[in-house]
Amino acid sequence: MSESTTRRGFDRRKILAALAVGGGGVIAWNLVGRPDGGSQASTTAMSTADGVDSVVVGLSQEPTVFNPLMVHGEVDDGVLFSLFDPLVRMDPDGLVQPHLAAEVPSLENGGISEDGLRWRVRLRDDVRWHDGRPFTADDVKFTLELITDPDFRAWRTSGHTLVRDIEVVSPTELTWRMEEPFAPYLSFLTETFIVPRHTFENEADPNNAAFNQAPIGTGPFKWGARMAGDHLELVANPDYFGEGPYLDLLIFKYIPDITVLYTQFKSGGIDLVGQVYISPDNYDEARKLPGMVVEPVLASSVESFYLNLARPQFRELAVRQALYAALDREAIIGSLYHGVPQITETFMPQQSFYHNPDLPVQEYNPEKARAILDAAGWRPGSDGIREKNGVRLAFENSTTSGDHLREMVQQYLQQTFREIGAEMTIANLPPAVMWGDFWTQSRFDSVIVGSTYLIGADPDVTNRLHSKSITAQGGSGSNNAQYKNSEVDALLDKAARTFDVEERRKLYFRVQEIVRHDLPLLPIFQYKNVFGRSADIKGFEPNSNTRTESWNAASWYLANGDKQPGGERDPVRTSSRAGPVPRLLSQKKEG
Amino acid sequence: MLRFLLNRITQIIVLLVIVSVIGFFILNLIPGGPLAQYALDPGMTQADIERLKEQLGLNRPLYVQYLDWAWRLVQGDWGQSFRDGTSVLSVIGRHLFATLLLMGSSTVIAVAVGSWVGIRGATHRYSTFDHVATIAAMVALSIPTFWFGLVGIYIFSLQLGWLPAGNMYTVGDESVGDYLLHLIMPSVVLALVHIAIWSRYMRTATLDVINQDFVKTARAKGVSERRILMKHVVGNALLPMITLAGMQLPSLLTGALVTETVFTWPGMGRLFLDSISYGDYPVVMGLLMFSAILVIFGNLIADIAVAIVDPRIRLS
Repeated sequence: MSESTTRRGFDRRKILAALAVGGGGVIAWNLVGRPDGGSQASTTAMSTADGVDSVVVGLSQEPTVFNPLMVHGEVDDGVLFSLFDPLVRMDPDGLVQPHLAAEVPSLENGGISEDGLRWRVRLRDDVRWHDGRPFTADDVKFTLELITDPDFRAWRTSGHTLVRDIEVVSPTELTWRMEEPFAPYLSFLTETFIVPRHTFENEADPNNAAFNQAPIGTGPFKWGARMAGDHLELVANPDYFGEGPYLDLLIFKYIPDITVLYTQFKSGGIDLVGQVYISPDNYDEARKLPGMVVEPVLASSVESFYLNLARPQFRELAVRQALYAALDREAIIGSLYHGVPQITETFMPQQSFYHNPDLPVQEYNPEKARAILDAAGWRPGSDGIREKNGVRLAFENSTTSGDHLREMVQQYLQQTFREIGAEMTIANLPPAVMWGDFWTQSRFDSVIVGSTYLIGADPDVTNRLHSKSITAQGGSGSNNAQYKNSEVDALLDKAARTFDVEERRKLYFRVQEIVRHDLPLLPIFQYKNVFGRSADIKGFEPNSNTRTESWNAASWYLANGDKQPGGERDPVRTSSRAGPVPRLLSQKKEG
Repeated sequence: MLRFLLNRITQIIVLLVIVSVIGFFILNLIPGGPLAQYALDPGMTQADIERLKEQLGLNRPLYVQYLDWAWRLVQGDWGQSFRDGTSVLSVIGRHLFATLLLMGSSTVIAVAVGSWVGIRGATHRYSTFDHVATIAAMVALSIPTFWFGLVGIYIFSLQLGWLPAGNMYTVGDESVGDYLLHLIMPSVVLALVHIAIWSRYMRTATLDVINQDFVKTARAKGVSERRILMKHVVGNALLPMITLAGMQLPSLLTGALVTETVFTWPGMGRLFLDSISYGDYPVVMGLLMFSAILVIFGNLIADIAVAIVDPRIRLS
C-alpha cells in the first residue's frame, strides 16, 4: 500500500477512534490526536508536520541485550551498530575502514609489527560519549579488559584472549602485545564495540550494571525508550563525529510472526523489513508493491547439506561425491526458493576478496551418482538401498522444524536420493534442541544448515574446518562435520599468522580447493536476504559483511525529510551495491 | 474462618511446591537450553559456551539449581532473565499492563454481552433469538481465535483499512484514542469465545432461578416483571457466575497467547512463548509461579466472595 493510501486509511481510523471515545465527532477529536500534528507521526517513514523524521524497522526477534560486550544475538546487532562504534569498520566491499581509530593498524603504517605481535592504535580526538564526556584510549583499554574478565558474561572471546599488556600511551594512542600472531583479530575488532569506562566505575557487577539497560555510546543514535516485548526508540545524536544521522528517530519494532511482519510491511505499519527479512516465497508479490523497494541482497551465510563424517555411511569420498551429484540445486533454487539465492561451490561468500571463483562446478547427474556408487562397491540390497560391508546407505537428515522451505527441500532430496539407492529419513527438531548438544557434539547424521563461515569478513575458518575444532573429539570449535585434513590444518595455521593479504588469499584459495574436493559439506546455495523498505528511505546500503541491515542507519534519510546529506534535497545518491555511499567520516552533518 | 484460611494456606504452599518442582524439571528436560541460540554465531567457540554455562550456573546438578532458585524465591528474589538481563519481576511487570488492558476490555465486553445474551435467552427460551444465540455460541466455541483474528485483519485492515493490523499503539502517537483503536479488533476477537462461554452459563443459571418459588411469590405480590428480573432473578443467577469469574481471573493476567501473537500484542502470553523458545528459565519459572498463584487466589477469592454474598454458604 502506498503512503497516500496509508494516510487516508489512518484518517478514517482517527474518525473511528473518535467514535469509539465518545460517539461524537468533533468534541472527542481533541481527546484523540495530539493537537500539534502528532496524528501524522504514526504513518511511518515520513517527515511529519512537527518535523520528526522517523523510520520503523520491523524485526522478527526482540533485541534485548544492549551491552554490546555481553553475549547477544544477531538481532541485537542493528541496535548496537546505531548506539556504539568499533575501532574499525568493515565496509560493504569487505575492506576494513578506520572508525574510532584514526587509521587502520597495518604492517605499512607500523600499527602492526612485522612479527604481528605488537599492535598500536591511534584514535580520533573529536569523539564524545552521549553524556558529553570525551572518548579516550582508557575506554578502549577498559573494553578489551572487560571482555576477558572471567566473571563477565562476555560474548565470544577468541582473539581477545591473546591480548596482553595494554598500555595507554596518550588519550589518543594505545599499544598492546599479542600472545601469538593472529591476523583475523582486525576483523574481530570490527565487531567489538567500545564502551565508556566511566559508566562502570561505580558498578560492583558489570553483568548487572545500570548501563546495560540504558546504554551510553558514541554512535549516531542515543538511547531513547524501550517498551519491552514491543519496540525500542533511539533518538538522533546531533554531536555524532561521523556522517549523519539524518533521522530524528529510529525505531525497532518487534513482530514475532514473519507472516504478520510482512503483512505490516504491506499495510505500512513498518518501513523496513529487518531480520528475518522477507520470505523468498513472498518475493514475487513483494517486488510488485508500489512505493516499496524490494531487493535480494547477497548474505554471507551458505546453505549446505552438512555431513557428519564420523558416520560410516559418509566416511567414503565416493558416497559424498554421489550425493552431491544427485543434488539438483537448480531445481531447489529455481522452484523452491523462487530463484532468490545464489548457487555456489564453496563456504566462502562470493562478495569476499578471498572467494575462489575457479572451483569445479557440480552438475546434477543421477546417472553419474549411481555410477560412482557402483564403482565404489555400494550394491543395492533387496529393498533397493545400497550397502557395502554391512553398512546401509541410510541416514537421517535434520533441520530446524517449522522452516517450510527447508522441509520441502528435504522431501525433494528424499526422493532424488532414493533414486540413487540412498535412504534419507527426515528427523527435524525445534531450534533450541537442534542447535544444542545435538549439533555441537555431532550427534546428527546429516543436517541442512545455513552457516556463516567468516567472522566479519575475515576468511579464517579455523573454527569450522580445522581438526582441532572438533568438539565431539575433545577440541574446541564448530567443526561439527568432524572434518580432518592435515593439509587444510597446516594452511589454516599458516594463514592465521599471515598479515599480507595477497599471500593470505593464495592460502585460502587452496583451502577452498581441498574442501571442494573432500566435500565435508555439499554446498546448496549462498543466501540472499530479500530486503524490503519504503521507497522514501534513501541512503540505505546493505553490507553482507555485517550481520544486520541497520549497520549504517546514520546515513539513512527520507526523500522528503528535513535533514539530507549535504543539506540538499533529492541528491543523486541512491542505495545500491554498485555504487556504495562514500564514507565521509570527517564531514559533519549538513556540512 | 481462621481455621479455613490456615487450612487453605497450607494447601496452597504444598501445591506451589509441587507445581514448581514439576515445572522446573520438565523445563530442564527440554534439550538445548538457553545457549543453543549462540551455537551458530560465527566465531563462537565451545569454550565460550562452556564459560557462559559456568557463569550462569547451568552446569550445576539440577537439584542444586532448583534448591538455589527456590531458596531465592522464598527470600523474594525471583531471579534474573537470561535474555533480558533484568529481574524477572520487572520483565513480568512490563508485560502485565498490555495483558491487563487487552484482557480487561475483552472481559468487560464478554461479561456485558454474554450476560445480556444469556438472560435474554433464558427469559425468551426457545425463541428465535435463543436458537440463534445457541448456534452462534457453538460456532464461536468451535472456531479457533486465530482464524477470527486473521479474517478480521484481512477484512478490516487489508481490505477496508479501517483498523490497524496489530500492535498496541502506533509508535509516536500513543494517545488514548490510538490505544482504543488498536484495542477494538483483538479485544472483540478474544471476547467472542468468552461471550459464548459466559452466555451459556448465564442462561443456565437464569433458568435455574426463574422458576423458583420466590420468583412466583414476587410475581403474585404484583412486583413488576422488570423488577423481578433485575432484583430477584439476575441477583441470584449471578451467584454461580462469581465462581466462574474467579476461575477466569488468572487468564485475565496470564494473557492470551494466540491472540497476542496474531495481533502483535506485547502481553504475557507472548512473553511466555518467547521465554520458552529462548530457554529463558528464570522467566518461564516466574510466569509459572505467577499463574499458579493467580489460579489459587482466584479460586480462594471466589470462595470467599460467594460466602459473603450468599448467607447460605458457610466456610468451614
